[in-house]
Amino acid sequence: MLHLVVCIKQVPDSREIRIDPKTNTLVRLGVPAIINYYDLHGLEEALRLKDEFGARVTVVSMGPPSAEKALRQCVSMGADEAVLVSDRAFAGADTLATSYVVALTIQKVEERWGTVDIVFCGKQTLDGDTGQVGPGVACRLDIDQLTYVEKLESLDLETREVTVHRHLEDGVERVKARLPVLITALAELNRPRRASLPGILRAARYQPIVWTTNDFPTIDRAKIGLRGSPTIVSKTWVPEPKQVQTEWLPSEDSAAAATALLDHLYSTDLPQKLGWA
Amino acid sequence: MADERFDAVVVGAGPAGSAAAYTMAKAGLKVALIERGEFPGAKNIFGGVIYRRQLEDLIPEFWKEAPLERTVVQQSMWVLGEESAVMLGHHNQRYKDPPNCWTGLRVKFDQWFAGKAEQAGAVPIYETVVTQILRDGERVVGVKTDRDDGELYADIVILADGVNSLLGKQLGIHHEWGPDEVSLAVKEVIALPRQTIQDRFNLEGDEGCTIEIVGQTCQMAGLGFLYTNQDTISLGVGVMVSDLKKARVKPYAVLDGLKQHPMIRKLIRGGEVKEYSGHLIPEGGFNSMPKLAGDGWMVVGDAAQMVNAVHREGTNLAVTSGRLAGETAIEAHKVGHFGVGALDAYTRKIRESIIHKDLKKYRGVHQLLGFGDSSLLFDKMPQALNDAIYNMLLVDGMPKKEKQKKVMRYFREAAGGNAELVRLGMKGWRAMNG
Repeated sequence: MLHLVVCIKQVPDSREIRIDPKTNTLVRLGVPAIINYYDLHGLEEALRLKDEFGARVTVVSMGPPSAEKALRQCVSMGADEAVLVSDRAFAGADTLATSYVVALTIQKVEERWGTVDIVFCGKQTLDGDTGQVGPGVACRLDIDQLTYVEKLESLDLETREVTVHRHLEDGVERVKARLPVLITALAELNRPRRASLPGILRAARYQPIVWTTNDFPTIDRAKIGLRGSPTIVSKTWVPEPKQVQTEWLPSEDSAAAATALLDHLYSTDLPQKLGWA
Repeated sequence: MADERFDAVVVGAGPAGSAAAYTMAKAGLKVALIERGEFPGAKNIFGGVIYRRQLEDLIPEFWKEAPLERTVVQQSMWVLGEESAVMLGHHNQRYKDPPNCWTGLRVKFDQWFAGKAEQAGAVPIYETVVTQILRDGERVVGVKTDRDDGELYADIVILADGVNSLLGKQLGIHHEWGPDEVSLAVKEVIALPRQTIQDRFNLEGDEGCTIEIVGQTCQMAGLGFLYTNQDTISLGVGVMVSDLKKARVKPYAVLDGLKQHPMIRKLIRGGEVKEYSGHLIPEGGFNSMPKLAGDGWMVVGDAAQMVNAVHREGTNLAVTSGRLAGETAIEAHKVGHFGVGALDAYTRKIRESIIHKDLKKYRGVHQLLGFGDSSLLFDKMPQALNDAIYNMLLVDGMPKKEKQKKVMRYFREAAGGNAELVRLGMKGWRAMNG
C-alpha cells in the first residue's frame, strides 16, 4: 500500500499577528495557533490519493506539546497516524536543524510503518517564510524534490511515476518523477476538506505518538536545537511606510469623479510610462 | 452516521451548555459538546459581569484559574441628561473578600469553561452546526450536524443554542421572538493602558468597577453599560428591537452618541477600539419562558429566555440552568428513563431555584417597558431628574420651597400631568416588587 507522510507545523494565526514595536519580534502571546496553511494543502492531496488508491497517511510535526491539537485536526480529516517530535532539546532550531530532525523522524516512520512513497510539505510556513525545510528534508533523505506544486496531474502505481505542475515565476513546469519524492504544496493544489463527524469523534480520542530525543539513539546532538542552528538574526526592523503625496479631486458624482481622475492622470507622464498613450 | 452513541448531546458551548456538559461528564456520562463557533466564545459578545455564587456551586474556587478581568468593588448607575449625569453608586472593599463578582470577557471565559467540560471527559465538536433535531415519533433521539455523516444519537439532547434557538423553533417550543421580546446589544472593547484605567476609575491593582447607564439612548428603551477589564473597557448599549424598528435608528448610532457624551468621552479618551460586536439579548423574561423539558430533551440558558434584565444577570442563570439540567440527566441516566416524566424534574428544579423566583419577581418589567412610549422612561424622566438635581444644587437666590415645587414640575411635565406621574410610579413599584 502507498505510504504518504505529511509534514505539518503549528504556527500563530497570521491574521492575528502583531509585531512588538520595541523588540520587532512577533507577539505570540494570546495569538491562536493554527496549522500552517500550505501544509493543509499537502495533507489534502495525500488524503485524495488515499481516497483514490488506498494509502496509509502518517502526519509528522516537530513542536511543543500544544501541537498535539494540530495533529488531532489532521486525524479528524482522515490521517491514519500522527507523530509529534517534541523535546526541549529541539527548541530554537533553524531550518537546518529542523530538516535534520524531520528527516530522522521520517526514517523512523519508515522503520515502523514501511517505506515512504511521497512526503508532502507546505511550500513554506507562515511564521518563518523561508521555504527551506522541505528541500532540506529531501536532501537528507536523498529523494527527488518537486517544489511549488500547484497540480498533481497523475500517479502511476505501475511505473511508480508521478506527474506534477510546478508553478514557477515565468510559467508552469510539467515534471515527471519517480517515487519516492518530496512535494511542497501551493494553495492552488486543492481545497482542504472539512472533517466528517466520525472523523471529529475519532480525533477527539486519538492520542498522537510522541517521540523525544531518547527515541533517536543515533541522533547527533550537535545538529539539533539552538546548538545545531547556524542561522543568526543580526537585526530585525519594520520598514517605514512610504510617504506618498495624496491629492483629493472633489467632484459631484461618480461619473464626474472618473472624468476628473482620467483628466488628472493624462496631465502626468504616467500614461506614457504605462504605455497607454 | 457516527457509530458512537452518547448519553447526552449538548448543543452550544456557552456557559449554559458547558455547565451542563461539565456536570454530566464529571458524573461519568458520555457527553458530546457541539459548538458552531471556531471555538467556544467565538460567537459571544458579552463583556460583563461574572458572579461567584452560581459558578462556585459547580467549580469551587473557580476564580483561581478562570480568566477573569477585575474584581468588582464598585457598582454605579448613571442617569444621563443631555450634558449631565446623576450618579448613584456603591464602593466597598468588602466585595473583594469573599469576591462577589468579576468583570470578564466571555471570548476567554467561555473557552476556559468549555475546556473544563473537555477535561471532565466531554467530547468537543466545534465549528459544527446542528441543523436538525432527530426524532422517533415524539421522542428526541439525537441531532443532525452539517458535517458529512453528521448524525449523532443520544438519550438526551440539551439545547443551549442561545437566544435565537433554531432548534427550539424546530421543537415548536418557541416562536420567532417578537421585536419586543429581545434587545439588540452592541459593544466595543476599547484598549487603554492598565494604569490609565485604574487612575480614571479610582481603582487599585485588580479592582474593577461597573457602570450601568440610563438615558441618552435616542428616546428608546435601552441601557448602556461600561465595565473595566484589565487593559480594556467594555462599552456598550442594548436597545429593545421594537424601538429600533420604530425609530429606524441604527444601534451603533446609539453607541456613538454615548461615546460623545461628556461623562463618557473623558473616560475612553485615547483608547483604541479593538472589537465591535452585536448580539441579541432575550428580554421577555418570565412571560416568555418556553416549555423547559420534554421527551428526550431539555432547554437551558438564553434559549429559554433566562435573563434577568434588571440585574443584568444572564451568565449565572445560564450556569445554574445548565447545572440543573445536567443533574436531571444524571438521575435519568441512573434509572434509564428519558421521557417527559423523568426530565420534567428539571422544570421543577428551575421552579424551585432562584432563576424562577427572580424572573417571576420582575415579570412586570417587560410590560413596563411597553408602557406608552419609551421616550418617557428612557429619555424624559432621566432628563427631568437631571434638571431637578441641577436646580436643587444651583444657588440662584430662589427660596428652597419654591425650588422644590419647580423640581416636582420637571417630573410632572415629563410624565404629562400629576395623574400620569402617580400611575407611572405605581406601575414601576409593582414591576420591581413582583
